[in-house]
Amino acid sequence: MIYLDNNATTPCDPRVVEAMLPYFFEHPGNAASRSHPFGWEAEEAVDYAREQIAQLIGAEDKEIIFTSGATESNNLALKGVFEMYARKGNHIITVETEHKAILDTCRHLEKMGAEVTYLKVNSEGLINLADLEAAIRPTTILVSVMWANNETGVIQPMREIAAICEKHGVLFHSDATQAVGKIPTFPREVGIHLMSFTAHKMYGPKGVGALYVSRKNPRVKVTAQMDGGGHERGMRSGTLNVPGIVGFGKAAEIARQSMAEESERLRRMRDRLESALLQLEETQVNGSREHRMPHVTNISFKHVEGEGLMMTFNQNIAVSSGSACTSASLEPSYVLVAMGLGDDLAHSSIRFSLGRFTTEEDIDFAIEAVTKGVNHMREISPIWEMYKEGVDLSKIEWAAH
Amino acid sequence: MAYSSKVLDHFQNPRNVGVLDKSKKNVGTGLVGAPECGDVMRLQIEVDEETGVIRDAKFKTFGCGSAIASSSLATEWLKGKTIEEALKIDNMDIVEELALPPVKIHCSVLAEDAIKAAIEDYKRKNGLLEAPSQAAEQAVTA
Repeated sequence: MIYLDNNATTPCDPRVVEAMLPYFFEHPGNAASRSHPFGWEAEEAVDYAREQIAQLIGAEDKEIIFTSGATESNNLALKGVFEMYARKGNHIITVETEHKAILDTCRHLEKMGAEVTYLKVNSEGLINLADLEAAIRPTTILVSVMWANNETGVIQPMREIAAICEKHGVLFHSDATQAVGKIPTFPREVGIHLMSFTAHKMYGPKGVGALYVSRKNPRVKVTAQMDGGGHERGMRSGTLNVPGIVGFGKAAEIARQSMAEESERLRRMRDRLESALLQLEETQVNGSREHRMPHVTNISFKHVEGEGLMMTFNQNIAVSSGSACTSASLEPSYVLVAMGLGDDLAHSSIRFSLGRFTTEEDIDFAIEAVTKGVNHMREISPIWEMYKEGVDLSKIEWAAH
Repeated sequence: MAYSSKVLDHFQNPRNVGVLDKSKKNVGTGLVGAPECGDVMRLQIEVDEETGVIRDAKFKTFGCGSAIASSSLATEWLKGKTIEEALKIDNMDIVEELALPPVKIHCSVLAEDAIKAAIEDYKRKNGLLEAPSQAAEQAVTA
């Protein structure tokens, strides 16, 4: 089985698993227990992991707030800022192609009295900086823009966005879930004040993430969204997931050491996969190819439905589709639609996301299997046949259902 | 969500993929769905004019595995049936046979629509439409 769905989640690196194991039984302490060695050991392990993670993103260890994952980090950042800075204003700016953890949180905040601007993206998936600047009001308290998109890998102009936020004195949050551990992500250097990320997208365990919260210039605070023991500098109560955090730390350390080499290896393989699949007629890459993560490609195979295509090879290869035929809504990817793709092309898209354990042989196999699958699905596709006969599909009065 | 073995079988070995000659008077064609919705089915029947029995059926489908399996199964069921028998095929029969989950029921609805559209086209070509409904008339002129 070939796994090309690393944007959904990555396998936990065996070195990470090994680092975690002693913290289940041998060192079972609660990091908040101050009165005995079990607690001290756990606290020490958490402190070490916090340092490993801080190093990966060029932050101070106290700026790392542990959470259960990126969804919680995004909720804490947006809701926490909205509450903490309520006196300054109620306006938040974000982007149409954000993850649901941002968009649904914004929808929730709108019900609580927030005003939210959703910036549009161009056909490359990038925001327009002039639109961003024009959207800023005196009541704007937060700009939230993801570092890299989960479906396309498109990277937003983070430094330029930060400069605009700096100029207007607005806090800048980024959901960097897909970027951290894979490309350099230094929030302080770039000018990001809050940054969400998670272990399981960087070969760590599921169920543990972090929110970077700037401690100086500016000193940012977020209102806790859970009441309890006041852990994590009062911003996130709850007993720390010690084995998970230890694994997160180890994953961060490995990522930092291997990033430069690994991202080049992935880029080479991704480019090889992409150019081989683009040999097929009527295919296109979705999103900017210039501003993009090295391990992702999102390709539309015209006149082939994505889920059907996946079914031709999903006994052997795991990928994702922008066709939402498996979801309850039956709506195709809102990210691709926001980029101006027609619903038909969105239904025809497949996301390939490579990872640390992807090999050249995997790519060879994927090229062959996907090519075969596309050709097969086109043979049985009535709209491919019509396209080949020169029928203008846009002129047909389809009965939408 | 795993697919049923019957969906997998029809998907991996689709029956009756192909095209019938549209210009023939005894061939009826139904094209339903829309690319924007992620499903397009084209189902064709060839009717024995003497007996009124469907002699052959072919399909091509753009869609997910369940849509392809639904249309493949439909062509299998159509062969050997009279027009009247064919009109009795209900989408829930397809759901049952293929064990489609609720989220895939629309695939069976589309297959039933395709059957009805192909039969209507055949009837129209052969002057068999008794008092066409307003909707059908609109479809003809569209």
